[in-house]
Amino acid sequence: MSTNLDTIRDLAEREYKWGFVTSVEEERVPKGLNEEIIRVISAKKNEPEFMLQWRLRAYRHWASLEKAEAEPKWANVKYGPIDYQEIVYYSAPKQKPGLTSLEEMDPEILRTYEKLGIPIEEQKHLAGVAVDAVFDSVSVATTFKEKLAELGIVFCSFSEAVQKHPNLVQKYLGSVVPYSDNFFATLNAAVFTDGSFVYVPKGVRCPMELSTYFRINAANTGQFERTLIVADEGSYVSYLEGCTAPIRDENQLHAAVVELIALDNAQIKYSTVQNWYPGDKEGKGGIYNFVTKRGKCLGVNSKISWTQVETGSAITWKYPSCILQGENSVGEFYSVALTNNYQQADTGTKMIHIGKNTRSTIVAKGISAGHGQNTYRGQVKIMKSATGARNYTQCDSLLIGDKCGAHTFPYIEVRNSTARMEHEASTSKIGEDQLFYLRQRGLTAEDAVSMIVNGFCKRVFRELPMEFAVEAQKLLSVSLEGSVG
Amino acid sequence: MSLLEIKNLHVSVDKHEILKGINLRVNAGEVHSIMGPNGSGKSTLAQALARRETYTVTKGEVSYNGKDLLAMKPEEAACDGIFMAFQYPVEIPGISNAYFLRSALNSTRKHRGLDEIDAMDFLPMFREKLKLLDMDEKLMNRSVNEGFSGGEKKRNEILQMAVLEPKLAILDETDSGLDIDALRIVAQGVDAMRNPERAILVVTHYQRLLNYIVPDFVHVLVDGRIVRSGGPELALELEEKGYGAMEAEAGHANPA
Repeated sequence: MSTNLDTIRDLAEREYKWGFVTSVEEERVPKGLNEEIIRVISAKKNEPEFMLQWRLRAYRHWASLEKAEAEPKWANVKYGPIDYQEIVYYSAPKQKPGLTSLEEMDPEILRTYEKLGIPIEEQKHLAGVAVDAVFDSVSVATTFKEKLAELGIVFCSFSEAVQKHPNLVQKYLGSVVPYSDNFFATLNAAVFTDGSFVYVPKGVRCPMELSTYFRINAANTGQFERTLIVADEGSYVSYLEGCTAPIRDENQLHAAVVELIALDNAQIKYSTVQNWYPGDKEGKGGIYNFVTKRGKCLGVNSKISWTQVETGSAITWKYPSCILQGENSVGEFYSVALTNNYQQADTGTKMIHIGKNTRSTIVAKGISAGHGQNTYRGQVKIMKSATGARNYTQCDSLLIGDKCGAHTFPYIEVRNSTARMEHEASTSKIGEDQLFYLRQRGLTAEDAVSMIVNGFCKRVFRELPMEFAVEAQKLLSVSLEGSVG
Repeated sequence: MSLLEIKNLHVSVDKHEILKGINLRVNAGEVHSIMGPNGSGKSTLAQALARRETYTVTKGEVSYNGKDLLAMKPEEAACDGIFMAFQYPVEIPGISNAYFLRSALNSTRKHRGLDEIDAMDFLPMFREKLKLLDMDEKLMNRSVNEGFSGGEKKRNEILQMAVLEPKLAILDETDSGLDIDALRIVAQGVDAMRNPERAILVVTHYQRLLNYIVPDFVHVLVDGRIVRSGGPELALELEEKGYGAMEAEAGHANPA
């Protein structure tokens, strides 16, 4: 077994290949956080008064939380204290105001996105993916905008939405994740600088995948983006999110908020492939990914699906959730979380059943390798009003090697006796016998691990859009290199 | 030159010496049967030849096709044409039989400098082999060995052998757990794969498999050593007299 473990370890030593830094002129505010900074950020973005006031309320609330040392400590992760006054809360590539075409964009940024393989130049029309790219704090380009506009679909940066669709923003901002929701969401509400905004009008089926690509480039900055997606009655939208960051020794904070709202008969599919820099083999550096994602099935027969493949970040703390308010609404959560080397993840979901006959499905797959610690934390809550609610939860852990850990914390709260709940869980280890079997058939130890892991994740990959599923499989293999030991 | 030449092979598992000096020559085109009582080291020999790393070679040499087999990793030996049919095939959830087998075939093809086979070319060939073993096509899309019956698992092993077309096939107690009908199908499948370029090593406890795959040579393994070698008649003699006589004869009777 030990020789096999060595092989596994050798495989995991490949380097993070998205770790390059782009040199662009940046415009930043001084580091630290106070009311003045909030006002500067809001002014830079030329925001209406309601936005400034919302941010200030959030800031004051956050300041009181920080004073009370209310930063959440319950997650099963360990990290040193974060000095919030050392973070730069706004960093933007300097650019001419009012870009009208991609030609005016800083070519260095364009090259970065090319390296990342994002179809920002619309050269990949056929790929059918519209992309909004967020570089550090601001949104740099949104492709396919006009084509979508013909259908009445709004897909733009959050900043632009604040300018052009203030009523929609005001109506829905904070309606799912209020500014006072939790420490990191509150911080985000105070300082968030950009993100994506989507509105799909009644009865429209969005004909292409909408996609945002997040990139942290500047040093010592936090990235605080906020995404708001509203699917009006009878509409459908599929949204993809990808993330990378350069290699840096220090930890960087990423505290994002995503809010989804599905009205009657609407459907939102939200897929994430998260590959923030995980830190090096010794656990130095990497992104702290402290994210609040929540969807509200407001209307009857509405549906929200979260699919996530989490391979990056030094620490992941996120629980994409569904509030199932509308009758017959459906919430789904499909997740693969991988921790290798010294990565830690505490992730899962919350399904809050309020409406009658609401249904939820949770399929969570955790993979731990190296010294990685992987925690599944999930809550299923059936309220008194949720007659006929159903939940199915499947939660599987896979261990590679003998120094990693898998932990599971399911919380189930049922207040209506008509509820039907199913919970299945398993923990397994990639065994020497499995590896030998595949190697005896000619596969290398690395390919063998990759195949076993991909098989383990199949149920989740099936939920991803085709081209994303392929990327996710490759990412998983790369992230596992050196984990065969 | 023999395809396989084993000289004074000693193998330990968890520091227990199991094989205590095996000598064996196998030529291409020959079928050898390794027989012996439980615990005699039959499976250890099979696993060691397939290069399983938990089986430590402490002494001896093995040349395969003119190369030092003991320097090879399991996947290298596999790509060079060594195939082992497992006594206990493992399950790989979420990976379809067809995908797995095509990946394995392509690994070996790549090793030999051949182009990879795509799914379109692979399927007709795969279907052909399924028929040979009287297997249901539905098994193609099922996860590898998951939920297979004992017999289906063993048939699946031979199916893999048929697709991978090894130079040296090692069958590790392929007959165990098979009913009479399944035994016949599996054995006939193997027998159909006999050819002058291929050697087959049949590791078995019972003679019944050898009714279908008549070996050229039979070797009796007792306590980690080959105590007798002969033709197919030796298997019949064993069936009649049992291993006890031979153990006593070899002076290696198990005191227990």
